Amino acid sequence: MESKNVVVTHKVGLHARPAAQFVELASQFPCEIQVRNLTREGKKSANAKSMLLLLSLGVSSGHEIEITTTGEGEGEALQALVDLIESNFGE
Amino acid sequence: MTTEIALKGIGASAGTAIGPIFLFKSPELTVPDKPPESVEQEKTRFLEACERAKADLEQIREKLENATDAETADIFRAHINIVDDPALREGVFAEVGEGRNAEQALSQSVEQFARQFEAMDDEYFAARAADVRDVGRRLLGQLLGVTFRGFDELAEASIVVAHDLGPSETASLDPELVLALCTSEGGLTSHTAILARTLGIPAVVGVGEQLLPMAAEHELLALDGAEGTLIFNPSAEARDAAEARRKAEETRMQELLVHADEPAQTAEGRRIEVAANVGDVTSAQNALEFGAEGIGLLRTEFLFLQDTTPPDEEKQVAIYREIFQTMEDRPVIVRTLDIGGDKPPGYIDFPDEMNPFLGWRAIRLCLDQPDLLVTQLRSILRAAAGHNVRIMFPMISSVEELRAAKDLVEEAKSGLVSEGLEYGSDVSVGIMIETPSAALLGRELAAECDFFSIGTNDLTQYTVAVDRTNQRVAQLYNPLHPAVLRLIKQTIDAAHEANTWVGMCGELAGMKEAIPILLGMGLDEFSMTASLIPAAKSLLRQLTDQEAQAAAEAVLTLATGSEIETFMTEFLEAYE
Repeated sequence: MESKNVVVTHKVGLHARPAAQFVELASQFPCEIQVRNLTREGKKSANAKSMLLLLSLGVSSGHEIEITTTGEGEGEALQALVDLIESNFGE
Repeated sequence: MTTEIALKGIGASAGTAIGPIFLFKSPELTVPDKPPESVEQEKTRFLEACERAKADLEQIREKLENATDAETADIFRAHINIVDDPALREGVFAEVGEGRNAEQALSQSVEQFARQFEAMDDEYFAARAADVRDVGRRLLGQLLGVTFRGFDELAEASIVVAHDLGPSETASLDPELVLALCTSEGGLTSHTAILARTLGIPAVVGVGEQLLPMAAEHELLALDGAEGTLIFNPSAEARDAAEARRKAEETRMQELLVHADEPAQTAEGRRIEVAANVGDVTSAQNALEFGAEGIGLLRTEFLFLQDTTPPDEEKQVAIYREIFQTMEDRPVIVRTLDIGGDKPPGYIDFPDEMNPFLGWRAIRLCLDQPDLLVTQLRSILRAAAGHNVRIMFPMISSVEELRAAKDLVEEAKSGLVSEGLEYGSDVSVGIMIETPSAALLGRELAAECDFFSIGTNDLTQYTVAVDRTNQRVAQLYNPLHPAVLRLIKQTIDAAHEANTWVGMCGELAGMKEAIPILLGMGLDEFSMTASLIPAAKSLLRQLTDQEAQAAAEAVLTLATGSEIETFMTEFLEAYE
C-alpha cells in the first residue's frame, strides 16, 4: 500500500473535467485506489474509479487529498495520479 | 396529415419561423414488474445496456468535439463516466442480487445517488443529480429497447417540437440547426423561453396537450413567436405569408445591425447610453456584436453556483478581469451577489422559507455574511484597475442597508491598501431600485450613492404583489402597469434632483412600448438583452425629446393597463 497527500490547485477543484480526467486515469490501473478529502476532515474514503463517489467528497480548489493505492502497480498508479494533479491537469 | 391546422400558445420569443418539424421525444419509460429470469442474466442485460449507451454517448461526444464545442462535449464525457461508474454497477448488482430485474435495480440505484446529491442542498449537486438521472433514463431506454432520441439526430434546420425542454436536454442542441422552439409546457420564464430569447430565435410555449399529437416528423410548421400562433401544414398562401414575414424580419435585423455599433442619439442629438444585461463571459462577448455600449447589468450569480464552496478571490478576479477586458473601456456595472432560498448554494445554511422572494436573499444575505461580500468587493475592485467599472447592490430596501453596504466597500478598499494590492480607485457605487421602498425613498438614497438602475421585473412583482411564475395570476404582471410607471417617474425625478443618473436593467428597458415613455421621463441609460439593442437604438434615434416627453406625460394620466397599451400602440404607428 502506498499513500501520498497532494493539494488540488485547479480552480474548479476535483469536479467537472478534472474529475473526469482523474477517474479515467485511475481506471486504467488494476490496483485499488482510494481518495480522502483531508481538508474536510477526510473520514469518508472514495473509490477513485467512481465519479459518483469521488464527487461526493466535495474536493474544491485548494483542498488537500490523500490518495492511497493498493495492489499491482500501486507505485506507478500513485505517481501518475499525483503528477496529474500537480501538473494542474495538463493545463 | 395534409390538412392545415392552427394552434395557439404563449409567444415566448418574437420572430417568424417556417420549417420542418423535429420531434424531440422523451419517451415514456416504465419500469416493468416482470420477475427476472436469473441474477446472471439481469447483470448481463445491464452490462450490455451500458455498452450500447456508452457507444451512443461516445458518438455524440466525438461529434461535439469535432464541432469544437468542448464545453458541451464535457457533459457527455461526464455521462460516460457515470455509465462506467463502479459504484453504480455495484449498486445495480446488489439490487439484482436481491431478486430485482435490471430495470428496477437501475432505477433504485440511480434514485439513490440522485437523492444523495440533492440532499446536499447545493446548485452544483442539483445539477449532478440531474446528470445521474439523465444517464439513468438513457440506460433504462437501452434496457427497454426504446430509442432515446436526442438532438444528435438533428441534421437539417428544423423547428424543434417537444413536451418540454430542460437544460440538460438543450445542452446538445446546435443553434445553427434550430429555427424555433415549441413546447407543450412552459411559460414566459421557463427554460425554453429564456434560451430562445438568449439565442434570438422564435419560440412558442405552453401550447398544451394538443401539441404533440398534432406534430408529425418532417412536416411543415409555420410559427409566430410574437403572437404565439402555430400553423401545421400551412397552405401555399400561409406558407408564402410566413416566409415573407420571416424575410422581412431578417432584412430588418440586418438593417438594424448595420447601425448597431453607432451610438443612439435622439433626433436633437442627445446621446442615450444603450447597454447589455449579461450573465457570463460568453454573453459579454456576444453583447458587443449587437452594439452594446457597455454592460448595464453583470449578473454574478454564475460564479457562486458552480461549486461546493464559494469562489475564492483569485478566481473571481480572473473572471471579472476577463469580462472587463472584453468590454475594454466601456462601462460595466457589476451587481453583487443576488441569490436566495430558491436556488441555494450548498455552502450557505439557508433557513426554510415560506417566501424566499421576500426573504433572506441578495444584499440581506450578504450583509449577514460580510466575508462573502467583502471578498466579492475586493475581487471586483482589484479587477477594475484600468477599467470603467461600477458596483451595484441588489434589493436595497432602506438607507441603512445602503450605508452598511458602503461600509463594506470601504472595508474592502482599506484591506487592499494595507496589503499593497492595486485596485480601481474610481469605482462608483450605485443601487438597484427594485423594492417599492427604495423607489419611494429615491431622494434619500440618491443623496448617498452614485447611480440607480431600476430593476423593473422585481419592482413590478413587489409593487403589484404578483408572482409572474404563478400561472393563476401571471396575467396581472404588467410591466407597463400604471403604478409601476409612476414609481419609475418618481425615482427618476428624485435621482435627477440629486444629480444622480438613472439607468434601467429590467425588461421594460428593451420594450418598444416603453422606450418612448422612459426617454420622456428622462431615463439616462437603457440596458437589455443584447439581441434587443439594435431595435432599441433604432427607435431612440427616431424620437425627439418633445415627443417622448409628451408621451410620458400622457401615459401618466392613464389609469389602466389597457389604456396605456392602446396609447402606445397608436404612438408607435408613426415609427418603424
